[in-house]
Amino acid sequence: MRNRALHIAGNTLYYFALIVIALIFIFPFVWMVSSAFKPVDEIFRYPPVLISQNPSLEHFIEVFQVVPFARYMWNSFFVSTTVTLVALLLHAMAGYALARLRFPGRKVIFIGILSTLMIPFYTIMIPLVLLVKALGWIDTYWALIVPAIPHAFGIFWLRQFFLGVPRELEDAARIDGASRIGVFFHIALPLARPILAALAVFFFLANWDAFLWPLIATSSQKMRVVQVGIQSFAGEQGSAWNLIMAASTVAILPTLILFFSLQRFIVRSVKMSGLKG
Amino acid sequence: MAMLKQAVEADTRAATQTHKKLSRDRLEEIVVGYLFLLPDVLGLLVFVVGPMLFAFYVSLNKWDGFTTAEFIGVKNYAVLLRDQRFVDSLLRTVKYTLGFVPTAYVLSLTLALLLNRKAWGSTFFRTSYFMPVAISLVVASIVWRFMFAPSYGFLNFVLQTFGLPKSQWLGSVQTAMFSILIVTIWKSAGYFMIILLAGIQDIPREYFEAAIIDSAGPWALFRYIIMPLLKPTSFFVIAILTINSLQAFDQIYVLTRGGPAYSTYTLLMYIYEQAFRFWRFGHAAAMSFVLFGIILILTLIQLHYFRAGEAD
Repeated sequence: MRNRALHIAGNTLYYFALIVIALIFIFPFVWMVSSAFKPVDEIFRYPPVLISQNPSLEHFIEVFQVVPFARYMWNSFFVSTTVTLVALLLHAMAGYALARLRFPGRKVIFIGILSTLMIPFYTIMIPLVLLVKALGWIDTYWALIVPAIPHAFGIFWLRQFFLGVPRELEDAARIDGASRIGVFFHIALPLARPILAALAVFFFLANWDAFLWPLIATSSQKMRVVQVGIQSFAGEQGSAWNLIMAASTVAILPTLILFFSLQRFIVRSVKMSGLKG
Repeated sequence: MAMLKQAVEADTRAATQTHKKLSRDRLEEIVVGYLFLLPDVLGLLVFVVGPMLFAFYVSLNKWDGFTTAEFIGVKNYAVLLRDQRFVDSLLRTVKYTLGFVPTAYVLSLTLALLLNRKAWGSTFFRTSYFMPVAISLVVASIVWRFMFAPSYGFLNFVLQTFGLPKSQWLGSVQTAMFSILIVTIWKSAGYFMIILLAGIQDIPREYFEAAIIDSAGPWALFRYIIMPLLKPTSFFVIAILTINSLQAFDQIYVLTRGGPAYSTYTLLMYIYEQAFRFWRFGHAAAMSFVLFGIILILTLIQLHYFRAGEAD
Protein backbone atom coordinates (compact mmCIF):
# COMPACT_ATOMS: atom_id res chain seq x y z
CA MET A 1 0.00 0.00 0.00
CA ARG A 2 2.65 2.43 1.11
CA ASN A 3 4.84 1.53 -1.83
CA ARG A 4 1.99 2.17 -4.22
CA ALA A 5 1.30 5.58 -2.74
CA LEU A 6 4.98 6.42 -2.99
CA HIS A 7 5.02 5.30 -6.59
CA ILE A 8 2.05 7.54 -7.46
CA ALA A 9 3.57 10.50 -5.62
CA GLY A 10 6.86 9.95 -7.44
CA ASN A 11 5.16 9.77 -10.81
CA THR A 12 3.12 12.91 -10.13
CA LEU A 13 6.27 14.79 -9.17
CA TYR A 14 8.04 13.46 -12.28
CA TYR A 15 5.34 14.64 -14.67
CA PHE A 16 4.98 17.93 -12.81
CA ALA A 17 8.70 18.55 -13.38
CA LEU A 18 8.48 17.58 -17.05
CA ILE A 19 5.55 19.94 -17.60
CA VAL A 20 7.09 22.90 -15.76
CA ILE A 21 10.31 22.54 -17.75
CA ALA A 22 8.35 22.25 -21.00
CA LEU A 23 6.55 25.50 -20.10
CA ILE A 24 9.88 27.28 -19.58
CA PHE A 25 11.10 26.14 -22.99
CA ILE A 26 7.88 26.81 -24.89
CA PHE A 27 6.66 29.96 -23.22
CA PRO A 28 8.99 32.48 -24.95
CA PHE A 29 7.61 31.23 -28.29
CA VAL A 30 4.03 31.66 -27.10
CA TRP A 31 4.84 35.09 -25.74
CA MET A 32 6.51 36.14 -28.98
CA VAL A 33 3.56 35.10 -31.14
CA SER A 34 0.89 36.47 -28.80
CA SER A 35 2.69 39.82 -28.48
CA ALA A 36 2.95 40.13 -32.24
CA PHE A 37 -0.85 40.38 -32.36
CA LYS A 38 -1.18 42.97 -29.60
CA PRO A 39 -1.94 46.67 -30.00
CA VAL A 40 0.65 48.99 -28.39
CA ASP A 41 -1.24 49.68 -25.18
CA GLU A 42 -1.46 45.96 -24.41
CA ILE A 43 2.30 45.56 -24.89
CA PHE A 44 3.00 47.90 -22.01
CA ARG A 45 0.17 46.79 -19.75
CA TYR A 46 1.13 45.46 -16.34
CA PRO A 47 0.29 42.82 -15.26
CA PRO A 48 0.82 41.53 -18.80
CA VAL A 49 -2.01 40.23 -20.99
CA LEU A 50 -1.44 36.75 -22.34
CA ILE A 51 -4.03 36.76 -25.13
CA SER A 52 -4.83 40.02 -26.85
CA GLN A 53 -8.38 41.36 -26.64
CA ASN A 54 -7.98 43.14 -29.98
CA PRO A 55 -5.69 40.86 -31.96
CA SER A 56 -4.66 42.11 -35.37
CA LEU A 57 -2.46 40.94 -38.19
CA GLU A 58 -1.40 44.46 -39.14
CA HIS A 59 2.03 44.26 -37.50
CA PHE A 60 2.98 41.39 -39.73
CA ILE A 61 2.07 43.49 -42.77
CA GLU A 62 3.80 46.55 -41.33
CA VAL A 63 7.07 44.64 -40.90
CA PHE A 64 7.18 44.04 -44.65
CA GLN A 65 6.37 47.69 -45.37
CA VAL A 66 8.80 49.37 -42.96
CA VAL A 67 11.87 47.36 -44.01
CA PRO A 68 12.53 45.08 -47.00
CA PHE A 69 11.92 42.04 -44.83
CA ALA A 70 10.98 39.83 -47.78
CA ARG A 71 14.36 40.66 -49.28
CA TYR A 72 16.11 39.70 -46.01
CA MET A 73 14.28 36.38 -46.07
CA TRP A 74 15.21 35.78 -49.69
CA ASN A 75 18.86 36.65 -49.04
CA SER A 76 19.04 34.16 -46.17
CA PHE A 77 17.21 31.51 -48.16
CA PHE A 78 19.34 31.94 -51.25
CA VAL A 79 22.63 31.98 -49.35
CA SER A 80 21.79 29.03 -47.08
CA THR A 81 20.47 26.88 -49.92
CA THR A 82 23.40 27.58 -52.23
CA VAL A 83 25.99 26.96 -49.53
CA THR A 84 24.26 23.74 -48.50
CA LEU A 85 23.99 22.28 -52.01
CA VAL A 86 27.51 23.18 -53.14
CA ALA A 87 29.05 22.15 -49.82
CA LEU A 88 27.30 18.77 -49.86
CA LEU A 89 28.59 17.98 -53.34
CA LEU A 90 32.17 19.10 -52.66
CA HIS A 91 32.33 17.44 -49.24
CA ALA A 92 30.90 14.20 -50.62
CA MET A 93 33.55 14.21 -53.35
CA ALA A 94 36.33 14.93 -50.87
CA GLY A 95 35.01 12.44 -48.33
CA TYR A 96 34.69 9.76 -51.00
CA ALA A 97 38.23 10.35 -52.24
CA LEU A 98 39.58 10.10 -48.68
CA ALA A 99 37.61 6.94 -47.92
CA ARG A 100 37.81 4.97 -51.16
CA LEU A 101 40.56 6.14 -53.48
CA ARG A 102 44.24 5.51 -52.87
CA PHE A 103 46.71 8.20 -53.87
CA PRO A 104 49.99 9.55 -52.47
CA GLY A 105 49.57 11.92 -49.53
CA ARG A 106 46.04 10.84 -48.69
CA LYS A 107 46.67 10.53 -44.97
CA VAL A 108 48.53 13.83 -44.73
CA ILE A 109 45.76 15.62 -46.61
CA PHE A 110 43.14 14.10 -44.31
CA ILE A 111 45.00 15.18 -41.17
CA GLY A 112 45.51 18.63 -42.69
CA ILE A 113 41.78 18.96 -43.40
CA LEU A 114 40.89 17.79 -39.88
CA SER A 115 43.28 20.21 -38.22
CA THR A 116 41.50 23.19 -39.83
CA LEU A 117 38.62 22.40 -37.44
CA MET A 118 40.73 23.97 -34.70
CA ILE A 119 40.89 27.35 -36.42
CA PRO A 120 38.22 29.57 -34.87
CA PHE A 121 36.29 32.03 -36.98
CA TYR A 122 37.22 35.11 -34.96
CA THR A 123 40.94 34.61 -35.67
CA ILE A 124 40.44 34.63 -39.41
CA MET A 125 37.70 37.25 -39.66
CA ILE A 126 40.04 40.21 -40.25
CA PRO A 127 42.02 38.59 -43.12
CA LEU A 128 38.77 37.24 -44.51
CA VAL A 129 37.33 40.74 -44.75
CA LEU A 130 40.52 41.98 -46.43
CA LEU A 131 40.46 39.04 -48.85
CA VAL A 132 36.80 39.52 -49.70
CA LYS A 133 37.46 43.21 -50.19
CA ALA A 134 40.41 42.51 -52.49
CA LEU A 135 38.20 40.23 -54.55
CA GLY A 136 35.60 43.01 -54.80
CA TRP A 137 33.03 40.86 -53.04
CA ILE A 138 32.13 43.11 -50.11
CA ASP A 139 28.36 43.52 -49.88
CA THR A 140 27.66 40.79 -52.47
CA TYR A 141 26.29 37.25 -52.36
CA TRP A 142 29.79 35.98 -53.18
CA ALA A 143 31.04 37.19 -49.81
CA LEU A 144 28.20 35.45 -48.00
CA ILE A 145 28.38 32.19 -49.95
CA VAL A 146 31.92 31.26 -50.97
CA PRO A 147 33.80 31.52 -47.63
CA ALA A 148 31.00 29.54 -45.94
CA ILE A 149 31.43 26.47 -48.14
CA PRO A 150 34.79 24.89 -47.21
CA HIS A 151 34.39 23.16 -43.86
CA ALA A 152 36.14 20.08 -42.49
CA PHE A 153 33.14 18.89 -40.50
CA GLY A 154 31.15 17.73 -43.53
CA ILE A 155 34.19 16.18 -45.20
CA PHE A 156 34.97 14.23 -42.04
CA TRP A 157 31.46 12.81 -41.65
CA LEU A 158 31.10 11.84 -45.28
CA ARG A 159 34.48 10.10 -45.15
CA GLN A 160 33.35 8.17 -42.06
CA PHE A 161 30.13 7.25 -43.84
CA PHE A 162 31.82 5.96 -46.99
CA LEU A 163 34.28 3.94 -44.89
CA GLY A 164 31.32 2.16 -43.34
CA VAL A 165 29.56 1.30 -46.62
CA PRO A 166 30.34 -2.15 -48.06
CA ARG A 167 32.23 -1.83 -51.35
CA GLU A 168 30.49 -4.72 -53.17
CA LEU A 169 28.08 -2.52 -55.12
CA GLU A 170 30.85 -0.22 -56.27
CA ASP A 171 33.12 -3.15 -57.19
CA ALA A 172 30.31 -4.73 -59.19
CA ALA A 173 29.76 -1.51 -61.11
CA ARG A 174 33.51 -1.22 -61.75
CA ILE A 175 33.59 -4.75 -63.16
CA ASP A 176 30.70 -3.75 -65.42
CA GLY A 177 33.01 -1.06 -66.77
CA ALA A 178 31.83 2.05 -64.94
CA SER A 179 34.43 4.77 -64.38
CA ARG A 180 35.28 5.93 -60.87
CA ILE A 181 33.48 9.21 -61.40
CA GLY A 182 30.45 7.31 -62.67
CA VAL A 183 30.53 5.00 -59.64
CA PHE A 184 30.64 8.00 -57.34
CA PHE A 185 27.68 9.77 -58.92
CA HIS A 186 25.51 6.74 -59.65
CA ILE A 187 26.24 4.42 -56.75
CA ALA A 188 28.03 6.09 -53.83
CA LEU A 189 26.16 9.41 -53.80
CA PRO A 190 22.67 7.83 -53.81
CA LEU A 191 23.77 5.48 -51.01
CA ALA A 192 24.77 8.48 -48.93
CA ARG A 193 21.29 9.99 -49.05
CA PRO A 194 20.49 9.62 -45.31
CA ILE A 195 23.69 11.26 -44.15
CA LEU A 196 23.43 13.93 -46.85
CA ALA A 197 19.94 14.77 -45.58
CA ALA A 198 21.14 15.05 -42.00
CA LEU A 199 24.08 17.24 -43.04
CA ALA A 200 21.82 19.34 -45.28
CA VAL A 201 19.57 20.25 -42.36
CA PHE A 202 22.62 21.00 -40.25
CA PHE A 203 24.26 23.21 -42.91
CA PHE A 204 21.05 25.02 -43.73
CA LEU A 205 20.30 25.88 -40.11
CA ALA A 206 23.89 26.91 -39.39
CA ASN A 207 23.90 29.27 -42.38
CA TRP A 208 20.41 30.61 -41.74
CA ASP A 209 21.46 31.42 -38.16
CA ALA A 210 24.86 32.90 -39.03
CA PHE A 211 25.23 36.42 -37.72
CA LEU A 212 28.78 37.69 -37.23
CA TRP A 213 30.10 37.10 -40.75
CA PRO A 214 27.09 38.62 -42.58
CA LEU A 215 27.28 41.53 -40.13
CA ILE A 216 30.87 42.21 -41.17
CA ALA A 217 30.69 41.27 -44.85
CA THR A 218 27.63 43.31 -45.87
CA SER A 219 26.81 46.98 -45.47
CA SER A 220 23.78 47.89 -47.57
CA GLN A 221 20.23 47.25 -46.44
CA LYS A 222 19.36 45.17 -49.46
CA MET A 223 22.16 42.68 -48.77
CA ARG A 224 21.14 42.03 -45.18
CA VAL A 225 20.31 38.48 -44.21
CA VAL A 226 17.48 37.82 -41.77
CA GLN A 227 19.63 37.73 -38.64
CA VAL A 228 21.34 41.04 -39.40
CA GLY A 229 18.09 42.56 -40.65
CA ILE A 230 16.09 41.67 -37.59
CA GLN A 231 18.86 42.77 -35.25
CA SER A 232 19.01 46.24 -36.77
CA PHE A 233 15.22 46.35 -37.06
CA ALA A 234 14.93 45.63 -33.33
CA GLY A 235 17.47 48.39 -32.69
CA GLU A 236 15.60 50.93 -34.84
CA GLN A 237 12.15 50.15 -33.50
CA GLY A 238 13.15 50.69 -29.87
CA SER A 239 10.19 49.43 -27.87
CA ALA A 240 7.71 48.78 -30.68
CA TRP A 241 7.72 45.24 -29.38
CA ASN A 242 4.61 44.12 -31.25
CA LEU A 243 6.40 44.93 -34.54
CA ILE A 244 9.64 43.35 -33.36
CA MET A 245 7.84 40.19 -32.21
CA ALA A 246 5.98 39.98 -35.53
CA ALA A 247 9.31 40.22 -37.35
CA SER A 248 10.82 37.58 -35.03
CA THR A 249 7.91 35.24 -35.71
CA VAL A 250 8.39 35.62 -39.45
CA ALA A 251 12.16 35.19 -39.12
CA ILE A 252 11.95 31.85 -37.32
CA LEU A 253 9.05 30.43 -39.31
CA PRO A 254 11.20 28.71 -41.98
CA THR A 255 13.48 27.08 -39.43
CA LEU A 256 10.55 26.00 -37.26
CA ILE A 257 8.83 24.42 -40.26
CA LEU A 258 12.09 22.67 -41.08
CA PHE A 259 12.40 21.64 -37.46
CA PHE A 260 8.98 20.05 -37.19
CA SER A 261 9.01 18.34 -40.57
CA LEU A 262 12.60 17.04 -40.36
CA GLN A 263 13.05 16.57 -36.64
CA ARG A 264 14.29 13.03 -37.15
CA PHE A 265 17.17 14.29 -39.31
CA ILE A 266 17.97 17.14 -36.96
CA VAL A 267 18.20 14.82 -33.98
CA ARG A 268 20.41 12.52 -36.02
CA SER A 269 22.71 15.36 -37.05
CA VAL A 270 23.01 16.52 -33.43
CA LYS A 271 23.83 13.00 -32.28
CA MET A 272 26.37 12.83 -35.09
CA SER A 273 28.11 15.95 -33.86
CA GLY A 274 28.31 14.27 -30.46
CA LEU A 275 29.93 11.08 -31.59
CA LYS A 276 33.58 10.99 -30.85
CA GLY A 277 35.26 10.27 -34.23
CA MET B 1 54.41 -32.09 -63.52
CA ALA B 2 53.95 -30.59 -66.96
CA MET B 3 50.44 -29.61 -66.03
CA LEU B 4 51.65 -27.78 -62.98
CA LYS B 5 54.25 -25.91 -65.02
CA GLN B 6 51.59 -24.93 -67.50
CA ALA B 7 49.34 -23.69 -64.75
CA VAL B 8 52.10 -21.59 -63.21
CA GLU B 9 52.92 -20.05 -66.58
CA ALA B 10 49.28 -19.20 -67.22
CA ASP B 11 49.09 -17.67 -63.79
CA THR B 12 52.16 -15.49 -64.36
CA ARG B 13 50.81 -14.34 -67.70
CA ALA B 14 47.53 -13.39 -66.13
CA ALA B 15 49.36 -11.55 -63.36
CA THR B 16 51.39 -9.41 -65.76
CA GLN B 17 48.26 -8.59 -67.70
CA THR B 18 46.36 -7.54 -64.56
CA HIS B 19 49.39 -5.55 -63.51
CA LYS B 20 49.39 -3.63 -66.79
CA LYS B 21 45.66 -3.00 -66.48
CA LEU B 22 46.04 -2.07 -62.83
CA SER B 23 48.60 0.63 -63.55
CA ARG B 24 46.25 2.41 -65.96
CA ASP B 25 43.54 1.88 -63.38
CA ARG B 26 45.81 3.18 -60.63
CA LEU B 27 46.48 6.33 -62.63
CA GLU B 28 42.77 6.96 -62.98
CA GLU B 29 42.35 6.37 -59.25
CA ILE B 30 45.06 8.88 -58.36
CA VAL B 31 43.82 11.52 -60.79
CA VAL B 32 40.20 11.19 -59.66
CA GLY B 33 41.32 11.26 -56.02
CA TYR B 34 43.11 14.59 -56.41
CA LEU B 35 40.34 15.95 -58.62
CA PHE B 36 37.68 15.17 -56.01
CA LEU B 37 39.73 16.76 -53.25
CA LEU B 38 40.79 19.82 -55.19
CA PRO B 39 37.80 22.19 -54.68
CA ASP B 40 37.50 21.65 -50.94
CA VAL B 41 41.23 21.66 -50.25
CA LEU B 42 41.65 24.81 -52.33
CA GLY B 43 38.72 26.40 -50.47
CA LEU B 44 40.18 25.52 -47.08
CA LEU B 45 43.59 26.86 -48.09
CA VAL B 46 42.24 30.15 -49.44
CA PHE B 47 39.49 30.84 -46.89
CA VAL B 48 40.77 29.21 -43.70
CA VAL B 49 44.49 28.33 -43.62
CA GLY B 50 45.70 31.35 -45.61
CA PRO B 51 43.71 33.82 -43.49
CA MET B 52 45.03 32.14 -40.33
CA LEU B 53 48.65 32.69 -41.42
CA PHE B 54 47.89 36.20 -42.56
CA ALA B 55 46.14 36.95 -39.26
CA PHE B 56 49.38 36.13 -37.47
CA TYR B 57 51.24 38.53 -39.73
CA VAL B 58 48.59 41.20 -39.07
CA SER B 59 49.07 40.71 -35.33
CA LEU B 60 52.70 41.78 -35.74
CA ASN B 61 51.73 45.06 -37.38
CA LYS B 62 50.16 48.35 -36.52
CA TRP B 63 47.48 48.53 -39.15
CA ASP B 64 44.01 49.96 -39.81
CA GLY B 65 43.48 47.99 -43.03
CA PHE B 66 43.66 51.10 -45.24
CA THR B 67 47.02 52.83 -44.80
CA THR B 68 50.38 51.08 -45.02
CA ALA B 69 50.99 48.55 -42.27
CA GLU B 70 53.83 49.26 -39.87
CA PHE B 71 55.75 46.22 -38.64
CA ILE B 72 56.13 46.39 -34.88
CA GLY B 73 56.96 42.78 -33.92
CA VAL B 74 55.41 41.41 -30.76
CA LYS B 75 54.46 44.86 -29.46
CA ASN B 76 50.74 44.18 -29.96
CA TYR B 77 51.11 41.23 -27.59
CA ALA B 78 53.32 43.03 -25.08
CA VAL B 79 50.85 45.90 -24.88
CA LEU B 80 48.05 43.52 -23.85
CA LEU B 81 49.57 42.97 -20.41
CA ARG B 82 49.08 46.65 -19.63
CA ASP B 83 45.75 46.93 -21.43
CA GLN B 84 43.32 47.05 -18.51
CA ARG B 85 40.30 46.58 -20.76
CA PHE B 86 41.84 43.44 -22.21
CA VAL B 87 42.65 41.99 -18.80
CA ASP B 88 39.18 42.85 -17.52
CA SER B 89 37.34 41.41 -20.49
CA LEU B 90 39.46 38.26 -20.39
CA LEU B 91 38.74 37.73 -16.68
CA ARG B 92 35.06 38.48 -17.29
CA THR B 93 34.96 35.88 -20.06
CA VAL B 94 36.64 33.29 -17.85
CA LYS B 95 34.27 34.04 -14.97
CA TYR B 96 31.28 33.71 -17.27
CA THR B 97 32.63 30.40 -18.56
CA LEU B 98 33.15 29.09 -15.03
CA GLY B 99 29.52 29.90 -14.28
CA PHE B 100 28.07 28.80 -17.58
CA VAL B 101 29.74 25.44 -18.25
CA PRO B 102 28.82 23.59 -15.00
CA THR B 103 25.29 25.03 -14.99
CA ALA B 104 24.64 24.16 -18.61
CA TYR B 105 26.13 20.68 -18.19
CA VAL B 106 24.14 19.81 -15.06
CA LEU B 107 20.89 21.10 -16.53
CA SER B 108 21.38 19.30 -19.86
CA LEU B 109 22.24 16.09 -18.02
CA THR B 110 19.16 16.49 -15.80
CA LEU B 111 16.97 16.85 -18.87
CA ALA B 112 18.59 13.80 -20.46
CA LEU B 113 18.08 11.71 -17.31
CA LEU B 114 14.45 12.83 -17.00
CA LEU B 115 13.75 11.74 -20.57
CA ASN B 116 15.72 8.51 -20.33
CA ARG B 117 12.70 6.33 -19.55
CA LYS B 118 9.61 5.31 -21.36
CA ALA B 119 7.17 7.94 -20.21
CA TRP B 120 3.83 9.06 -21.46
CA GLY B 121 4.32 11.97 -23.88
CA SER B 122 8.11 11.73 -23.87
CA THR B 123 8.27 12.69 -27.56
CA PHE B 124 6.35 15.86 -26.80
CA PHE B 125 8.64 16.77 -23.91
CA ARG B 126 11.78 16.03 -25.89
CA THR B 127 10.54 18.16 -28.78
CA SER B 128 9.68 21.10 -26.54
CA TYR B 129 13.06 21.08 -24.76
CA PHE B 130 14.78 20.84 -28.11
CA MET B 131 12.72 23.55 -29.84
CA PRO B 132 14.95 26.56 -28.98
CA VAL B 133 17.77 24.81 -30.87
CA ALA B 134 15.80 25.42 -34.07
CA ILE B 135 15.89 29.21 -33.79
CA SER B 136 18.83 31.58 -34.05
CA LEU B 137 20.62 33.01 -31.07
CA VAL B 138 19.82 36.47 -32.44
CA VAL B 139 16.04 35.96 -32.41
CA ALA B 140 16.17 34.11 -29.08
CA SER B 141 18.01 37.09 -27.60
CA ILE B 142 15.51 39.59 -29.02
CA VAL B 143 12.53 37.71 -27.57
CA TRP B 144 14.22 37.40 -24.18
CA ARG B 145 15.16 41.08 -24.18
CA PHE B 146 11.45 41.80 -24.37
CA MET B 147 10.76 39.43 -21.48
CA PHE B 148 13.56 41.03 -19.44
CA ALA B 149 12.03 44.55 -19.67
CA PRO B 150 12.02 45.82 -16.06
CA SER B 151 8.70 47.69 -15.97
CA TYR B 152 6.42 45.62 -18.21
CA GLY B 153 8.45 42.46 -18.91
CA PHE B 154 7.01 39.04 -18.31
CA LEU B 155 9.81 37.81 -16.05
CA ASN B 156 9.25 40.48 -13.43
CA PHE B 157 5.58 39.60 -13.49
CA VAL B 158 6.55 36.00 -12.67
CA LEU B 159 8.86 37.17 -9.87
CA GLN B 160 6.12 39.32 -8.37
CA THR B 161 3.59 36.51 -8.62
CA PHE B 162 5.87 34.50 -6.34
CA GLY B 163 6.24 37.48 -4.01
CA LEU B 164 9.80 38.26 -5.08
CA PRO B 165 11.11 41.76 -5.81
CA LYS B 166 11.46 42.91 -9.43
CA SER B 167 14.88 42.65 -11.05
CA GLN B 168 16.66 45.04 -13.42
CA TRP B 169 17.90 42.02 -15.43
CA LEU B 170 19.96 43.41 -18.36
CA GLY B 171 19.88 46.90 -16.91
CA SER B 172 22.03 46.28 -13.87
CA VAL B 173 25.74 45.56 -13.52
CA GLN B 174 24.93 42.83 -10.99
CA THR B 175 22.43 40.85 -13.06
CA ALA B 176 23.26 41.50 -16.74
CA MET B 177 25.74 38.65 -17.13
CA PHE B 178 23.40 36.27 -15.32
CA SER B 179 20.58 37.25 -17.71
CA ILE B 180 22.83 36.45 -20.69
CA LEU B 181 23.59 33.08 -19.10
CA ILE B 182 19.86 32.31 -18.80
CA VAL B 183 19.24 33.03 -22.48
CA THR B 184 22.24 31.00 -23.60
CA ILE B 185 21.26 27.99 -21.50
CA TRP B 186 17.63 28.19 -22.63
CA LYS B 187 18.81 28.22 -26.22
CA SER B 188 21.36 25.39 -26.00
CA ALA B 189 20.33 22.97 -23.21
CA GLY B 190 18.17 20.90 -25.59
CA TYR B 191 21.09 20.41 -27.97
CA PHE B 192 23.38 18.98 -25.30
CA MET B 193 20.47 17.02 -23.82
CA ILE B 194 20.17 15.13 -27.13
CA ILE B 195 23.90 14.36 -27.19
CA LEU B 196 23.91 13.17 -23.56
CA LEU B 197 20.71 11.18 -24.06
CA ALA B 198 22.29 9.43 -27.03
CA GLY B 199 25.32 8.71 -24.85
CA ILE B 200 23.19 7.24 -22.07
CA GLN B 201 21.23 5.11 -24.50
CA ASP B 202 24.47 3.78 -25.98
CA ILE B 203 25.32 2.17 -22.64
CA PRO B 204 24.73 -1.59 -23.07
CA ARG B 205 21.53 -2.70 -21.34
CA GLU B 206 23.30 -5.64 -19.67
CA TYR B 207 25.03 -3.27 -17.27
CA PHE B 208 21.71 -1.95 -16.03
CA GLU B 209 20.16 -5.42 -15.88
CA ALA B 210 23.09 -6.80 -13.89
CA ALA B 211 22.95 -3.85 -11.50
CA ILE B 212 19.22 -4.23 -11.00
CA ILE B 213 19.67 -7.92 -10.17
CA ASP B 214 22.15 -6.73 -7.54
CA SER B 215 19.22 -4.57 -6.33
CA ALA B 216 20.92 -1.27 -7.13
CA GLY B 217 18.72 1.81 -6.65
CA PRO B 218 18.39 4.70 -9.10
CA TRP B 219 21.18 6.62 -7.37
CA ALA B 220 23.57 3.67 -7.57
CA LEU B 221 22.70 3.23 -11.25
CA PHE B 222 23.48 6.88 -11.85
CA ARG B 223 26.63 6.97 -9.77
CA TYR B 224 28.24 3.66 -10.73
CA ILE B 225 26.94 2.97 -14.23
CA ILE B 226 25.71 6.07 -16.04
CA MET B 227 28.34 8.56 -14.88
CA PRO B 228 31.45 6.42 -15.52
CA LEU B 229 30.23 5.10 -18.86
CA LEU B 230 29.03 8.51 -19.96
CA LYS B 231 32.48 9.98 -19.33
CA PRO B 232 33.54 10.33 -23.00
CA THR B 233 30.27 12.03 -23.95
CA SER B 234 30.48 14.26 -20.88
CA PHE B 235 33.99 15.34 -21.76
CA PHE B 236 32.91 16.12 -25.29
CA VAL B 237 29.91 18.17 -24.10
CA ILE B 238 32.01 20.07 -21.55
CA ALA B 239 34.66 20.80 -24.17
CA ILE B 240 32.11 22.21 -26.62
CA LEU B 241 30.38 24.20 -23.88
CA THR B 242 33.71 25.70 -22.85
CA ILE B 243 34.66 26.65 -26.40
CA ASN B 244 31.22 28.14 -27.10
CA SER B 245 31.21 30.12 -23.90
CA LEU B 246 34.72 31.55 -24.36
CA GLN B 247 33.66 32.86 -27.77
CA ALA B 248 30.13 34.02 -26.93
CA PHE B 249 29.14 36.90 -29.19
CA ASP B 250 25.71 36.96 -30.88
CA GLN B 251 23.64 37.03 -27.69
CA ILE B 252 25.85 39.68 -26.08
CA TYR B 253 25.79 41.87 -29.18
CA VAL B 254 21.98 41.73 -29.26
CA LEU B 255 21.24 41.87 -25.54
CA THR B 256 23.69 44.40 -24.11
CA ARG B 257 26.51 45.31 -26.54
CA GLY B 258 28.77 44.70 -23.58
CA GLY B 259 27.01 47.08 -21.20
CA PRO B 260 25.91 48.30 -18.74
CA ALA B 261 29.22 49.86 -17.71
CA TYR B 262 31.18 47.10 -19.54
CA SER B 263 29.72 44.47 -17.18
CA THR B 264 29.11 42.03 -20.07
CA TYR B 265 32.01 43.15 -22.26
CA THR B 266 33.58 39.80 -23.17
CA LEU B 267 36.84 39.22 -24.99
CA LEU B 268 35.24 38.54 -28.37
CA MET B 269 33.16 41.70 -28.03
CA TYR B 270 36.39 43.62 -27.43
CA ILE B 271 38.10 41.94 -30.40
CA TYR B 272 35.13 42.73 -32.64
CA GLU B 273 34.99 46.38 -31.62
CA GLN B 274 38.74 46.90 -31.89
CA ALA B 275 38.70 45.40 -35.38
CA PHE B 276 35.53 46.74 -36.94
CA ARG B 277 34.68 49.87 -34.95
CA PHE B 278 38.14 51.29 -34.26
CA TRP B 279 39.98 49.57 -37.11
CA ARG B 280 42.88 48.48 -34.93
CA PHE B 281 43.52 45.29 -36.85
CA GLY B 282 46.90 44.47 -35.29
CA HIS B 283 45.61 44.83 -31.75
CA ALA B 284 42.48 42.77 -32.49
CA ALA B 285 44.45 40.04 -34.28
CA ALA B 286 46.89 39.74 -31.38
CA MET B 287 43.99 39.35 -28.94
CA SER B 288 42.36 36.76 -31.15
CA PHE B 289 45.55 34.68 -31.02
CA VAL B 290 45.61 34.92 -27.24
CA LEU B 291 42.00 33.68 -27.12
CA PHE B 292 42.88 30.96 -29.61
CA GLY B 293 45.84 29.93 -27.46
CA ILE B 294 43.67 29.72 -24.34
CA ILE B 295 41.07 27.59 -26.09
CA LEU B 296 43.78 25.38 -27.60
CA ILE B 297 45.40 24.76 -24.21
CA LEU B 298 42.05 24.01 -22.57
CA THR B 299 41.14 21.62 -25.39
CA LEU B 300 44.46 19.82 -25.07
CA ILE B 301 44.00 19.49 -21.30
CA GLN B 302 40.49 18.15 -21.79
CA LEU B 303 41.70 15.79 -24.48
CA HIS B 304 44.36 14.52 -22.08
CA TYR B 305 41.77 13.81 -19.39
CA PHE B 306 39.46 12.35 -21.99
CA ARG B 307 42.16 9.89 -23.04
CA ALA B 308 42.93 9.13 -19.38
CA GLY B 309 39.21 8.51 -18.82
CA GLU B 310 39.05 6.14 -21.76
CA ALA B 311 42.04 4.15 -20.51
CA ASP B 312 40.26 3.30 -17.23
